[in-house]
Amino acid sequence: MISPAVIAEFENILGSQNVMRDETDRHAYSYDSALVEQVVPELVLRPTDRERLGKVIRLCNENRLPLTVRGSGTNLSGGTIPSRENGVVLLTNALNRILEINTEDLYARVEPGVITAQFAAKVAARGLFYPPDPGSQAVSTLGGNVAENAGGLRGLKYGVTENYVMGMEFFDAQGEWIKTGSKTVKCVTGFNLKSLMIGSEGILGVFKEITLKLIPPPQAQQAMLAVFDAVDKASETVSEIIAEKIVPCTLEFLDNFTICSVEDFRKAGLPTEAQALLLIEVDGHPAQVAEEAEKIQAICRKKGATRIQKARDTEERDKIWQARRDALPALSRQKPTTVLEDATVPRSKIPQMVRGINDLSKKYNIEIGTFGHAGDGNLHPTFLTDRRDKAEFARVEAAIDELFEIALGLGGTLSGEHGIGVAKSKYLEMEIGKGTIALSRKIKQSLDPENILNPGKVIGG
Amino acid sequence: MAELRELSRLLRELDDQMITCMRCGMCQAVCPLYAETGREADVARGKIVLLEHLSLDLLKDPEGVKQRLENCLLCGSCAAACPSGVKVLDLFLKARAVINGYLGLSPAKKAVFRLVLTRPALFNRLISMASRLQGIFTRPADDLLGASCARFESGPLKDRRFMPLARTPWHKQTPELNEPAGPGDTKVAFFPGCLVDKVFPDVAQSVHKALGHHGIKIYLPARQSCCGIPALSSGDARSFVQMVRQNLALFAGGDFQFLVTPCATCTATIKEIWPMMGDYFLPEEKEKIAAVAAKTMDITQFLAEKTSLEPPAAGSEPGVKVTYHDPCHLKKSLGVHAQPRALINANPDYAFVEMDEADRCCGMGGSFGLQNYELSKKVGERKLQNIIQSEAGVVGTACPACMLQIIDMVSRSNSRVQVKHAVQIYAENLPS
Repeated sequence: MISPAVIAEFENILGSQNVMRDETDRHAYSYDSALVEQVVPELVLRPTDRERLGKVIRLCNENRLPLTVRGSGTNLSGGTIPSRENGVVLLTNALNRILEINTEDLYARVEPGVITAQFAAKVAARGLFYPPDPGSQAVSTLGGNVAENAGGLRGLKYGVTENYVMGMEFFDAQGEWIKTGSKTVKCVTGFNLKSLMIGSEGILGVFKEITLKLIPPPQAQQAMLAVFDAVDKASETVSEIIAEKIVPCTLEFLDNFTICSVEDFRKAGLPTEAQALLLIEVDGHPAQVAEEAEKIQAICRKKGATRIQKARDTEERDKIWQARRDALPALSRQKPTTVLEDATVPRSKIPQMVRGINDLSKKYNIEIGTFGHAGDGNLHPTFLTDRRDKAEFARVEAAIDELFEIALGLGGTLSGEHGIGVAKSKYLEMEIGKGTIALSRKIKQSLDPENILNPGKVIGG
Repeated sequence: MAELRELSRLLRELDDQMITCMRCGMCQAVCPLYAETGREADVARGKIVLLEHLSLDLLKDPEGVKQRLENCLLCGSCAAACPSGVKVLDLFLKARAVINGYLGLSPAKKAVFRLVLTRPALFNRLISMASRLQGIFTRPADDLLGASCARFESGPLKDRRFMPLARTPWHKQTPELNEPAGPGDTKVAFFPGCLVDKVFPDVAQSVHKALGHHGIKIYLPARQSCCGIPALSSGDARSFVQMVRQNLALFAGGDFQFLVTPCATCTATIKEIWPMMGDYFLPEEKEKIAAVAAKTMDITQFLAEKTSLEPPAAGSEPGVKVTYHDPCHLKKSLGVHAQPRALINANPDYAFVEMDEADRCCGMGGSFGLQNYELSKKVGERKLQNIIQSEAGVVGTACPACMLQIIDMVSRSNSRVQVKHAVQIYAENLPS
């Protein structure tokens, strides 16, 4: 129980309309997009300006109230599930102002609750480009993107969120104001605290303001689709493209199960006999784009693509990408429950990874559709199940355990872009070892001695 | 009152629909209410979790869940954008019926639905009395649009600018029709819907004129009932079933090929909601419902697809700028959006311009707009700004409920924009 006096203090700071105590309202903050146990918070706070944000963090610390920051609640690893006792959810969705878009120095300053796609559109309207495009960009917040170090389809050429964070202001666990990084291209002043904060999943501090790098947009792009009758051929094509020193902005893979699902869903004429599709796009200067597109088609042919289609106009380009956008909807409609994983391997290991996933599907008798960012080695094996079927769901969990073993065995990682949260913290030691976890806990302990910032996430404890 | 456990059991029957929500949260991007409130309980994902928790006895506040469920425009924006295809309207309407069955309807709603809306003749008499009395309580507020506002700053109308009830409703102007159809003739049943009948009879006149122009024969039975959606969205399944039965008595069978309505919500209700609520009907009624639903078509779709629209005469003077608002129940529920635009484009007196976010909800949401006026107004404000920015002098749409909301918005802003149904715009150019 949180004492009425403390609640009254929150109401004093935020106004009673921004403090949710009602049982029904609180239940609507007990979950995120991950398939993990739900926890109903005791209190939900919605600060509407940055100064009050600092005050409520201080108040939580003084009263040892565990605090979980929530943007749009699209986390895929349970990172926004509140704590079991006296859990407080802190919403950032009212802190959604774009403070500055600077077209001379190519940066923007934003509050943490700004929606990714809305920001990218505003930046584009000013003639600039913010590349990170996580799958949830239509609803995800930039604060959440930084806290999870979110990726997206453009990772191969443009990198992920961390490559665009120039600096930030945040509140530490005591509600103290901290500044790190700068609006300058170069900055070596003080510890590089921003790098520690990126991907820290809300356990080290709460963002107040983020400075993001912007770049000039590419002048041209060319999309292509290549059909293969074997996964290995598709995968070798990916390696060969990179070996030829071409870096496509997107290089996406769909397996046979996903191709059939998408075709069944959209009836757009995808080849259902294909074992793999590669969706490829290059961008940049028009002359370079044309040259690279030619080279890529030649590589595809050499590696045995059965068909190559080059988009002739924006309509055809949209059609190619529609197949990729349809992947998750088409898969998720087949069964009530969809578990979307993101174990990632070095890109040369994709054939082994796809074989491993197919073996898991047979061994555990679970349908798995696999698609994802082939250029990054970041696949999304998608497990189709019904969480009410306890026996089948136990097999899904066993298959996922084994999936991580396979990925780590291939020199990969547990998570390419979804984060560790609560869903994957039990596997952490397998990848980074006891010593790394102990060091991480020491850092956490020294920054947050009362352990109020999203306790239990990532490193347990 | 039934046990709470019985309520959870009934809700668990909706489990197959609730479980398909993967909580991805994509509904937040399109929900017009969430854009205003930022509260998770206002968006589909949040409501589904609340229902699920109520069904699992994790949450024991049915009244609270009912309030959150009713805070919804039922616009279907979330369903149209849902990656996993959750049938949101289906789920929410059935859940409202279940929870209201448990909690009971408010006395006012009970009176309206059970005593009035289910009795078309009485409903018409009451409306006719009200139209003569309304001058006492309201005063004209806008000469261009013909909108009124309340004389007294109190009661549920507050500062809403609403359209007065028509002096002579459509069913008084044309009580019934049953034009004989020869071989090769197309014949349609005409279902004007309550709002067109009682508030916008001019729209019905335009439908009549357009159908006549194209030689379409009309079946218009007297004493049509409401389509039932106001009752159902308030959770009153009993009255809904009664209204559907009354309409089936008039429209099941019959020698017409299509049933047309100029109301997007009526069309979507007959076409989708009636069959969806099949479990509440007898098997033979279900068959009749399926047959009527299959024949039902929005008037703009009918005219655009089943007749040869008059081609616009080659440009004389530049036309009046007109824009178009997509009713949610037409575009998002039924995929009809090109047809009303084709109707508007067929009138050379107008020059069509697309507004931004033409398919964003206007915020009316049926009775939502009356019960939650402040929030409804906030949603409508964005629509108003888009209309103003389009610089159109006329805004067309295809739903009388949207017309009410847009008239309210433009009238209060004094932006001198006229509001018309697409079929009115089309019929204006037809010879009388």
